[in-house]
Amino acid sequence: MTATAKYWRIALGIAVIAALIIVPMNFNRYGLYILSQWAVMTIAAMGLNLTLGYAGQVSLAQGAFVGIGAYAAAIMTTQGMPLIAALGVAVVLCFAIGWILGYPALRVQHHYLAFVTLAFSTLAFLVFRNEDWLTKGIYGISNIPRPNVMGFATNRPLPFYYFCLGSLGIVSLAMWWLIRSPWGRAFVALRENPVRALSLGIDTRRYTLMAFAIGSALGGVAGTLYAPLTQYIDPVPFNLSLSLDLLMMVIVGGSGFFFGPFLGAAIAVLLPEWLRFTQGYYLMLYAVAVMLLLIYSPTGILGILDRYLAERRTKAASALRAVAKSRLETAP
Amino acid sequence: MSNLLDLLVAGLATGAIYALVAVGFTLLWQTSQTINFAQGEFVMLPAFLMLAAMHAGAPFWLAIILGILLSMLLLGLAFKLLLVDPMLRHGVLPLAIATMALAIGMKEAVKQFFSAEASPFPSIVPAGDVTVLGRVISLQSLGVLALAIAVVVGLTLLLNRTSIGHQMQATAQNPTVARIIGVPVERMILLTFLINAFLVALASLLITPIYLAKFSSGEVLGQAAFIAAIVGGFNQVRGAIAGGLLIGVVDNLAAAYVSTQYRAAVPLALLIVIILFRPQGLLGRPEERTV
Repeated sequence: MTATAKYWRIALGIAVIAALIIVPMNFNRYGLYILSQWAVMTIAAMGLNLTLGYAGQVSLAQGAFVGIGAYAAAIMTTQGMPLIAALGVAVVLCFAIGWILGYPALRVQHHYLAFVTLAFSTLAFLVFRNEDWLTKGIYGISNIPRPNVMGFATNRPLPFYYFCLGSLGIVSLAMWWLIRSPWGRAFVALRENPVRALSLGIDTRRYTLMAFAIGSALGGVAGTLYAPLTQYIDPVPFNLSLSLDLLMMVIVGGSGFFFGPFLGAAIAVLLPEWLRFTQGYYLMLYAVAVMLLLIYSPTGILGILDRYLAERRTKAASALRAVAKSRLETAP
Repeated sequence: MSNLLDLLVAGLATGAIYALVAVGFTLLWQTSQTINFAQGEFVMLPAFLMLAAMHAGAPFWLAIILGILLSMLLLGLAFKLLLVDPMLRHGVLPLAIATMALAIGMKEAVKQFFSAEASPFPSIVPAGDVTVLGRVISLQSLGVLALAIAVVVGLTLLLNRTSIGHQMQATAQNPTVARIIGVPVERMILLTFLINAFLVALASLLITPIYLAKFSSGEVLGQAAFIAAIVGGFNQVRGAIAGGLLIGVVDNLAAAYVSTQYRAAVPLALLIVIILFRPQGLLGRPEERTV
């Protein structure tokens, strides 16, 4: 990459962040709610992107982990405990469950993890619905308080949106660091060629479990933000279709690309709002759009961009080569 | 004890329908590595096609024939040509995701263009009971069971006794070698898609009178068939049949003896245990092909 392209990228990044901070200032309550939802879903999708995009494990339980996080937050904060304690519980719980759930993936080929996680997802939903003493069953938990962050109350929509955006920023930085660390490179090695990874001395068992557990824990983080966002939770949002939605977000955005989940979540959360004028047809249009996109580019939207950039780069490189060659030929 | 017999018959009847759906599911997987997450919706749709034909004035028998033919056209031919063929070369996962999107699209389309409410559906088996060995058994259960068994036996004969069946099996086991020895692999794959569409249409015809026609009814059915296919053996037709019957019986017994709240959990627990201890399924053979 040339130096100017790098500066353009940095400028674009700063502009997007500034826009995310400044533009919503005069949004109404509903607009802020949707944007906060985007931030929360992006965190959950980032976790799944680590599991799926970087480590190559298919999980159909990310929605269940969001549910576990949301219930942890709802139960603990309505009892008067701080949200940060709930966050700790959710992360530890989701990490541990993810670790245990990952074991079948070690024994069998990768699509079986999809089946195990599918079963887990439905089991978790049954627990949310049936264990009244803990989750209040189908009546749900209401009046979930929003947290105070460093002395600032986040009861109003705008401060809470900034809270979500800030959390997204922290998670993004942590993820950025993680995928550039030796761990992240080990995850990619695992996806590309497990046998070779093993021969290079990577403990594939541990890293497979690790990728799945970290991804699940991020689902829990998203859940602890989801509960104070909606301030009321019941089991319905955390059924299997949330897991499928999150999976679609990752694939549509571009799995294995850092910014894939941001884009995928934006499409899944914001597109229905823009397509509101089509009334009942929007989900149908969304489904058709996803299918067409996947037929055209199975690597998602960022896959199209990536292909285009790669093509331009090879063209530029071959042009340079041609120039160099003609110089060689004309040289005395 | 007498109660147990009733539960067993009812369980076998639903299980036989699950088996039909699960067999189609495994056929698609074997011949073209398609994990069809829309299989439940594939069962939901034919009932609505038949209802639509009846609303247009067709008698029930004609509506059934039209529904089955339309299903084979839409869920067999169009599904393969428009979605599976363009995506197959990209691997298993994008196609699986695309079928999830297809499931959403089908549900929404039925909800929009037909009805969001559950519609009653006529039964091809007359209502009533028969007395067998002093036990009263509903005619519907027996009819469903008989028809499903007939179809499964017919399919097994087709696969094991005819030349086309052998060619299909060869295609499933090793497409490259099958092509070398002169099997028209493409046509065989298309045939499995048509058979799958026929099976789901039939399953739709049998199960809809029991559970009513509703846009969302595919969710439960698809999952049951999915579990049946894995429990029985993902790569074996007879595994899928056994799995279907087993899940049907387990589901019914769980509803009676465990609790209605957690009845859905029992097949899932069975699924997890099977994957942990016998991942190739009860009757399956270990998978050699890496996907």
